[in-house]
Amino acid sequence: MKYVEEFRDRTIAQGLARAIADQSDPREAYQFMEFCGGHTHAIFRYGLEDLLPANVRMIHGPGCPVCVLPASRIDMAIELANRPEVTLCIYGDLMRVPGSQGQSLLRAKSLGADIRMVYSTLDAIRIAEQAPNREVVFFAIGFETTAPATAVMIRIAARKRLKGLSLFCNHVLTPPAMHSILDSVDMRDVGPHEIGGFIGPAHVSTIIGTQPYELLVEEFGRPIVIAGFEPLDMMQAILMLVRQVNDGRHEVENQYSRAVTRAGNRRAREEVSDIFDVRDQFEWRGLGVVPNSGLMLKKAYAHFDAEARFAMHEVRIADNPACDCGAILRGAKKPVECELFGDACTPRTPIGSCMVSSEGACAAYWRYGRHRDYQVRAS
Amino acid sequence: MCLSVPAEIAEILPDDLAVVSVDGVRIEISIALVQNLTPGDYVLVHVGHALAKIDPAEAERTLKLLQELGRAGLQANK
Repeated sequence: MKYVEEFRDRTIAQGLARAIADQSDPREAYQFMEFCGGHTHAIFRYGLEDLLPANVRMIHGPGCPVCVLPASRIDMAIELANRPEVTLCIYGDLMRVPGSQGQSLLRAKSLGADIRMVYSTLDAIRIAEQAPNREVVFFAIGFETTAPATAVMIRIAARKRLKGLSLFCNHVLTPPAMHSILDSVDMRDVGPHEIGGFIGPAHVSTIIGTQPYELLVEEFGRPIVIAGFEPLDMMQAILMLVRQVNDGRHEVENQYSRAVTRAGNRRAREEVSDIFDVRDQFEWRGLGVVPNSGLMLKKAYAHFDAEARFAMHEVRIADNPACDCGAILRGAKKPVECELFGDACTPRTPIGSCMVSSEGACAAYWRYGRHRDYQVRAS
Repeated sequence: MCLSVPAEIAEILPDDLAVVSVDGVRIEISIALVQNLTPGDYVLVHVGHALAKIDPAEAERTLKLLQELGRAGLQANK
């Protein structure tokens, strides 16, 4: 596949690994966080940690929309889907995410709720057009990457006057979450997990551009390198971060210049700002309540808001106390350090959200890295 | 959720739609978010929408740099 295979060349990867080993100072501990779950998945899938020297470590961040969604929002969606007049449209990743008391949307569907997996927001439009007497609700989730697609859906629904379509909005924003991680007292308390730099998200950055990160590097003095999702992209980004640390620099650098510019995709951002306002606050699993980190429909489109239309209300649910998803999402713990990992909690029987999504750190560890870690654990 | 694939635009359709080809499989997507596309362009497709056009010159530049870095890394250790 063009623009994929070229960026997976094994020999170049080995050369980059050597360059990282040569250019990193053996007396220095380099710890970088990849914010995005797509990067986490790639690190494990391609075994990149094995290509890095022992003093260059990756910490896995919270950039997986499914993983950071509080269980209470899943419960709200289940309650909604159980209403006889409602058809709930969801992205497939949400199907098995645990709510409270072992509930999930998959279970609700098997018990008769009308829940449809959709590939695109345009599918939700089609479903609403085909069933004008149903209440079709789209479960919107994701970072800046998926928000424009939701905005396009609302624009089309408004134009077509689709009265039966509404939105359960869970869109969240990347820079406030990065800010929250860098700002949290917990992060400074975790000692060995001090973050020396970030690999910035690939596809989020196609939309927002590299500019929003400039404030973060300024404020926190940590370098950020935006990287693509292929293994060579990530190896090059790690090398760029090592060089920045060595030079004492903290800049925003763009490794993924074939798809990301400083300005990003203005048209996509305009679609979003036409339809959405920023929420005062939104709760993230693992990070708690983060100010100005979510989206909500503007007043002009409030009639599309499912939360108002169905008087949905949120009941906060404590996560399973044995589950370390929260600490794992902040990069404060590794999946293998969770008591449930691999025993009670596996991709077949996920207890925490990090085990559900393929972009979750626990699922990636389980699938690609657990044997190595178990050896470490056993010794 | 945020994973997406580079896909070649095969055909532009009315109403901001297009057909892309991914490894020979043809899929209809929305191109509402990316303007000025023509068949042969590559775009990143995500949840049924094109997010960005891939810049072939930048891709070439990155690959060249990667090859240089990779070669230099291997030679340094010979």
